[in-house]
Amino acid sequence: MIRDATGRFGYTPSLVVVVSAAAVVALVSVSSGAYPLSVADILRVLAGRDASDPVASMVLLDVRLPRFLLGFLVGAVLSVSGALLQGLFRNPLADPGLIGVSAGASLAAIAVIVLGGTWLGGWLALFGEWALPVAAFLGGSATVLLAWRIAHRAGQSAVATLLLAGIAINAVAGAATGLLTFYATDDELRSLTFWTMGSLGHAGWDELLIGAPFMVLAILVAPWLARPLDAFLLGESVVGHLGYRPDRVKKAAILVVGLGVGAAVAVSGLIGFVGLVVPHLVRQLLGASHRVVLPFSALVGGTLLVAADSLARVVVAPAELPIGLMMALIGGPFFLGLLMRRKVM
Amino acid sequence: MVLSVRNLSVSLGGTTVVSDISLSVAAGEVLMLLGPNGAGKSTLLKAVSGEISSTGRIVVGGCELNNWEPSQLARRRAVMPQRVEVNFPLTVEEVIALGRPAVFRGCVDPVVQKLMEALDIAQLRHRLVPELSGGEQQRLQLARVLGQIIDTPGQRVLLLDECTSALDPAHQQLVLEFVQRLAREQGVGVLAIVHDLNLAAQFADRLIIMREGRCFHEGCACEVLTPSVLKAVYGYRARVIPLPEGYPVIVPLGSGPVQRAPSKPSCRQAS
Repeated sequence: MIRDATGRFGYTPSLVVVVSAAAVVALVSVSSGAYPLSVADILRVLAGRDASDPVASMVLLDVRLPRFLLGFLVGAVLSVSGALLQGLFRNPLADPGLIGVSAGASLAAIAVIVLGGTWLGGWLALFGEWALPVAAFLGGSATVLLAWRIAHRAGQSAVATLLLAGIAINAVAGAATGLLTFYATDDELRSLTFWTMGSLGHAGWDELLIGAPFMVLAILVAPWLARPLDAFLLGESVVGHLGYRPDRVKKAAILVVGLGVGAAVAVSGLIGFVGLVVPHLVRQLLGASHRVVLPFSALVGGTLLVAADSLARVVVAPAELPIGLMMALIGGPFFLGLLMRRKVM
Repeated sequence: MVLSVRNLSVSLGGTTVVSDISLSVAAGEVLMLLGPNGAGKSTLLKAVSGEISSTGRIVVGGCELNNWEPSQLARRRAVMPQRVEVNFPLTVEEVIALGRPAVFRGCVDPVVQKLMEALDIAQLRHRLVPELSGGEQQRLQLARVLGQIIDTPGQRVLLLDECTSALDPAHQQLVLEFVQRLAREQGVGVLAIVHDLNLAAQFADRLIIMREGRCFHEGCACEVLTPSVLKAVYGYRARVIPLPEGYPVIVPLGSGPVQRAPSKPSCRQAS
């Protein structure tokens, strides 16, 4: 029996399954597309012994590989952020998308794109090629803080307040984004669609270089918060009783989420659902302890997003569905199914 | 004294909820707080645990509360809130383990084993907390809280806010006997809020009865639990009958004027 006395799956078999799935998905992701590559092609290119087929080498090294890495990181960081927020808010509905963090990050990024030439010229001059990710990061962090403030003004269990605040934040950010599109030129509009629907289509080594450090940092720092976050599941006051400093934990988690989601949005736009669905799935199968939820969410989230991206490239080939759309298509029904058969969150 | 509170006052939103309370708990002593709803008992406990800010002095284990390093304090002072709600699928074992960060996960923790057996939750260890009954959850939380301090040497304090409110009578006895034994044998100082006057009479070494944020009366059960004090604090009439066991039993007689109840048929049949 794989399930233990608590009805959960064992960690080691789960890890083996998840890593194998990730490997398969990775292979499918780098081999499929408009220019199919066989496993033999991939091995040859990676071994660096194939000068005869420069296209294969270019497709793999300059297009597919960075795209796979970026997709995996984005999926992982969104899932980890979702898990962090759900623990922090003690609310399984918290998700970077639902509470408006992604929208805040995306709004900031869009503002930089549209107003970069005019009002925000100083910002561009100050941060150079880092202007977008930094703006997205700040926008994301500010929104987490705002949601936190609002949810906790009304007291301990302000579930409804939090979600309503999320709706309001999303609406305001959406309206502001809409407003900005009025000022946008045609070129800018095209990149705005990218931001609002989410895409890994721009993935290249440059994007990876800009986004990866933030995302890797967020993913690696998150597990350090696992123990106090477990305490958060019993309530904020209990965190203090158990010998942690709730304020520090909160700040650290908010910083990690702002950093990770900001960077993810900066390189891939708005991709919803992954942060909501993946931690849920992991909790259902492996339990709610953050020491398990955080690392497994990263692995499962990364795998899922890469899989969705591969699918998005294939379904309407040679065109490509926005990954945000794809995620919502897969994630929505899946989440509804989860809700219908769950006993506890 | 393992816990000493001097001139503690708490204001919440401009209203003084607790005013000028002083109390102390000696090692091995069980001090129970009584009082009507809204008398400020829970607020006092929250202030003593450092959860809400207050004026006055709080000394735990010979050191000012604010000077403690949180992780050190957690091994010497444990707090059980009135209500802990767990919405996520944590197991009983996982929740208890939260109080024992020094124990490597995956190891069998003999201290936790004993605690779970003593509080009659050993058979629930793999169950998910949100699926447990209210009484089972309350015993679980007590086990978590006790696990924090039970194997720490030296001075320790246990703060309990209505730790038996959801328990059946047998488990109330089981739990309070265990807490009492912990005080007697290990010298833990206990400050506990209770509503049940008879449990207070049975288990408290000393009682403080509060009213409108102040200490109304302090002393042992026979001094505090008198008809006149109960009338003044709760506005209800009670008969206090001393038992040969050494503590009184309190029989409520209603809150209004005396009404001679018609004897109930079922009682007649029984006799």
